Amino acid sequence: MALLEIKNLHVEIDGREILKGLDLAVNAGEVHAIMGPNGSGKSTLAYLLAGKQGYEPTAGEVLFNGKNIFDMSPDERAAAGLFLAFQYPLEIPGVATMTFLRTALNAQRKKRGEGELSTPEFIKKVREVAGKLNIDQDMLRRAVNVGFSGGEKKRNEILQMALLEPRLAVLDETDSGLDIDALKIVAEGVNRLRSPQRAFVVITHYQRLLDYIVPDVVHVLSRGRIVKTGGKDLALELEARGYHEYQEEVPA
Amino acid sequence: MNAEVSTIKTAAETALANAFSHARTRLPGDGVIGAQRKAAFDVFAKEGLPHRRVEEWKYTDLRALMRDAKPLASPPDAAAKARAKTAGKLLGDVETRRLVFVDGAFVPELSDLAGQEAGLSVGSLADALAGGDPMVAAHLGKVAPAGDVAVALNTALMGDGAVIRVAVGATIERPLHLLFVAAEKPAATFTRSLVVVGAGARVMLIESHEGPPGSDYQVNAAVELSVGERAHVDHVKIIAEGASALHVSTLAAVVGAKARFNAFTFTMGGAVVRNQMFLNFDGEETLAGIRGATLIKGHQHADTTLVANHIARGCQSREVFKSVLDGEAHGVFQGRIIVRHGAQKTDAKMMTQALLLSDRAEADNKPELEIFADDVQCGHGATAGALDDELKFYLMARGIPAAEAEALLIQAFLGEAIEGIEHAGLREALMDQVAAWLKARAS
Repeated sequence: MALLEIKNLHVEIDGREILKGLDLAVNAGEVHAIMGPNGSGKSTLAYLLAGKQGYEPTAGEVLFNGKNIFDMSPDERAAAGLFLAFQYPLEIPGVATMTFLRTALNAQRKKRGEGELSTPEFIKKVREVAGKLNIDQDMLRRAVNVGFSGGEKKRNEILQMALLEPRLAVLDETDSGLDIDALKIVAEGVNRLRSPQRAFVVITHYQRLLDYIVPDVVHVLSRGRIVKTGGKDLALELEARGYHEYQEEVPA
Repeated sequence: MNAEVSTIKTAAETALANAFSHARTRLPGDGVIGAQRKAAFDVFAKEGLPHRRVEEWKYTDLRALMRDAKPLASPPDAAAKARAKTAGKLLGDVETRRLVFVDGAFVPELSDLAGQEAGLSVGSLADALAGGDPMVAAHLGKVAPAGDVAVALNTALMGDGAVIRVAVGATIERPLHLLFVAAEKPAATFTRSLVVVGAGARVMLIESHEGPPGSDYQVNAAVELSVGERAHVDHVKIIAEGASALHVSTLAAVVGAKARFNAFTFTMGGAVVRNQMFLNFDGEETLAGIRGATLIKGHQHADTTLVANHIARGCQSREVFKSVLDGEAHGVFQGRIIVRHGAQKTDAKMMTQALLLSDRAEADNKPELEIFADDVQCGHGATAGALDDELKFYLMARGIPAAEAEALLIQAFLGEAIEGIEHAGLREALMDQVAAWLKARAS
């Protein structure tokens, strides 16, 4: 059984159909890239998986670890091991990054029936992960993402992912706004977490990120559907030829 | 046709008039104080209880909200004093010197009077009035606005309060805690405290008000504060009255040159609360931080009315007031910054924000600037709105359940005001109160 199974998914936002029968299966241990032009439905898919209000399906189903995710609230999905790295991470004035990380980690552990981490255990864990992502102590003391640069915000997303150790991580255009050094740090952060138990869905517009996070499967999303699936070479092909031919495709 | 309009006396107004005529001969003070009481009472007799057509009381119609006036409190009995021993828990483990008032009367045996630091003198207003203390005669009514009806009633009926002197240059390490506790029986208390802080002195004053939840007692508490040049004074008021109480309190301050002055009001208790501040920056180059946090629910009504009067040049004031309103609660903020003609180079910024947790809660924000000088930097802002759904989703997407996500955002919202309190222990104690309020809300 696939870790994530999406069948015939239809989603409407404000009366407009964005996803029009999307099928996708992601197995544990795999990295899938979803590429596609602007407006093809990539971010809609990401928000829908995470459970954002207003992103409800009109048809189809999504099974995560065999369970229907539409029966679960966003926090329940997170505790079950689903993680979304936001394209635009939010700033939360007044909430220190450490408090945020600790509240999130302990809430998930509690829901899974695991004990809360002690303060020293937690701090040790955060420092270890933060160090690898070039996130300094000062950033951790500041309010979540407040005054962070674009690159710092994205690294903070990866820090959260590394701490929360999800089963499935969806990265929504994590490469956008990153220079090459930051891109490498982020990619290394993802690669360190690759394991046979864990899967990734990397949503991106450009092939560049996939030089560093090498996918097992590449999908082309256009007009609300997966229109082509291939190996990592498909990304190179798209980079060379553009999305043109997929956008021109006349829907059946 | 001309109709003679006469103020119809409400039951509460009549009761207050009766209370004054019965009590005036036994209230403490000599003939001069007696005349001051009478003049103040005449202000009330002329104006009546303030109502919605009085601009300063537009959102807090005391004439409508005060259905009756409770009898003046009798001196506390042994049982009332015994109950007061458990009061003041909301400060957590903050070390203070307590001055305890039960039903408005100073209770020396519950207060920490031993080992007073050099330069500190504390006592009771009733004693000072009875003994004809010249300091009281010199300061009473000099700072508080005589035309304000709440102040006028306080002056007319004041029974007791604290009289605190901090000598020039003295540093009082241990915060002074004026702890006002209402006893079980519904009564009215009128307390007046005078605080005179000498030049260059340092002191922190905490004023807290609490009482039993089931009693519809009435509190009118006023503090007149004089801050000397270069002094550093923090005033923190915690309004944690019982759920049925009516609380009207006033802080009137005059601040000398180059002083540092911080005032904070934390409002969470009481059925009807009117918290008023009249602050006069009378000397040059004072730095002032005036902040507040309000957390109310149910049918609670809390009004913060502030007048920051910049008289001298070069003073800086920051006003930050945040309120969280749940249920059908009604929060009011009226803030007026006045910059007098001579107050060039004034730098004053006021911000008020209300967070509405329910569709039925109501926030009225009225910030005002009155500027008579031409070289100043002044600004104000006001917002009112619900919790940010995007932020809530972000927190939930990390595994934080809805109630906990909301609590985190509310704590952060109020934290921005509370972090202005310099005393770390007190900041923590107030954040604990916020957490407890949120916990009660979630359960």
